[in-house]
Amino acid sequence: MPATARAASVAAATPVPETSAEIVTFRPPVRPALERALEMARHVASVVLPPLIVLSITLFVWQLLCSEPGARLPPPTKVVADAWDFIADPFYDNGGIDKGAFWQISKSLGRVAIGFSLAAVVGIALGVLVGQSTWAMRGLDPIFQVLRTVPPLAWLPLSLAGFRHADPSALFVIFITSIWPIIINTSVGVRNIPQDYRNVAAVIRLSWWEVFYKITLPATVPYIFTGLRIGVGLSWLAIVAAEMLIGGVGIGFFIWDAWNSSRISDIIVALVYIGIVGFLLDKLIATIGHFVSHGVSAQ
Amino acid sequence: MTTQPYLKFEQVGMSFRRGQMATEVLRDVNLRIEQGEFVSLIGHSGCGKSTLLNILGGLLKSTSGEVFLEGKVVDDPGPDRAIVFQNHSLLPWLTVYGNIAIAVDKVFGSSKSKAERHDWVMHNLELVQMAQAKDKRPHEVSGGMKQRVGIARALAMQPKVLLMDEPFGALDALTRAHLQDSVMEIHARLGNTVMMITHDVDEAVLLSDRVVMMTNGPAATIGEILPVDLPRPRRRLELATDAEYARCRAAVLEFLYARHRVPARAA
Repeated sequence: MPATARAASVAAATPVPETSAEIVTFRPPVRPALERALEMARHVASVVLPPLIVLSITLFVWQLLCSEPGARLPPPTKVVADAWDFIADPFYDNGGIDKGAFWQISKSLGRVAIGFSLAAVVGIALGVLVGQSTWAMRGLDPIFQVLRTVPPLAWLPLSLAGFRHADPSALFVIFITSIWPIIINTSVGVRNIPQDYRNVAAVIRLSWWEVFYKITLPATVPYIFTGLRIGVGLSWLAIVAAEMLIGGVGIGFFIWDAWNSSRISDIIVALVYIGIVGFLLDKLIATIGHFVSHGVSAQ
Repeated sequence: MTTQPYLKFEQVGMSFRRGQMATEVLRDVNLRIEQGEFVSLIGHSGCGKSTLLNILGGLLKSTSGEVFLEGKVVDDPGPDRAIVFQNHSLLPWLTVYGNIAIAVDKVFGSSKSKAERHDWVMHNLELVQMAQAKDKRPHEVSGGMKQRVGIARALAMQPKVLLMDEPFGALDALTRAHLQDSVMEIHARLGNTVMMITHDVDEAVLLSDRVVMMTNGPAATIGEILPVDLPRPRRRLELATDAEYARCRAAVLEFLYARHRVPARAA
């Protein structure tokens, strides 16, 4: 019970005077369209300009530093010139592993999609179990806490030994990397469901299953999506590293291959692509989460 | 009418145990409430009012004694004792409509058709004047409106007793007065049995048929029961100068602040 003693309201029993003032509706002044357009433009500029300026300065400094003869890394202009084939046509396919950026990235993304989806399903299920059962938590939590600190690539030799094939091993690395934040966040979410919601469920006598899908899941959605966001970021990190070792098509091995053939400019372009894709993956999950945690309802 | 009271607390006691320490919160609580009565529970913070309400609600199990509703022992939560929670406890991912429908669909899922359930949800929303906001989510409406929805959800279960745990505690004074009027109006229309916890002396006297005053814990019990003999409908403006109202108010204040003031914290 909150200790808000409302002693003040006890003494407040004086009669309320009748209101007699005339009620006038307040109309906010309508601003002209030009002024609103200007304000919009100013807002957009304040968001877009700072990153543009910083980016230009970075490119300029980079260009200066790497322009002198004997520089080890190419300046931006040389990167674009060297890697122009790779930038201009992302869809070429010369057979083998000599494919355009689109195919390389799609292959990596496909692996992430499978490994991450598996991790999401298993992770949410385990997270709910750990969150709901004190026994499961005491038993599993120490194991999770230890295993989650193992670096993704450290799993690769073991999974190669187990699966004997490169592809399932890569999927396993993604799975095992991204599952921990999903489990941990889901279980925290389940444990943090307010007692109020449980009381409501008890009063209307929801069954175990109804509590799960009408209360537990929707109440945990924001936590689950925090876990998924961290997980998708980690799995993207892991796949690029894992692909360097397993070879074949994929943006990770593309980088390793470029290094072996001294195509430094291709590496730089690939890094930019990886960054952009990782950023988009994060935004994608965040957007779905925003949509789902707001729209899981009404039925 | 039977001679058996509608709702009866019999020697209800409650102790919480934490390791070696046992704290007795309630002892020997005896109370009879008739059908249609509006009863307020008032007492200082920590005196066990909420514990008593939660025992009646079935959310807590008393360590001794029993609560009987229509002669049957209360031992689990259920829609016949719907609760209006202090902090409204609406599910934020459901709309206003959905928050009531989840209860109505569960409680009347087998006895009413889909259309009847829809009408019943809308009926209860209209009762608390929230029908126009049915598609809003809880975070989109004001605190007073949330509590209206909480009341509608409880009423929609057609409870035998409506339990209210400081229903207006988190609201500002004006909104609180509005809602108190709404509750009085609904009580007059439906004639439900209500048990309400409050800290507010005026609220207790204005709304109740009887004010149950609790002594201070530990081992709190009912100190005194004050019948409020004011005709209904009651209007707060007229009551402000009413002698009987003033007498009741004074009696509650006297109980709370002269005879059972909060014991010194150092003790």
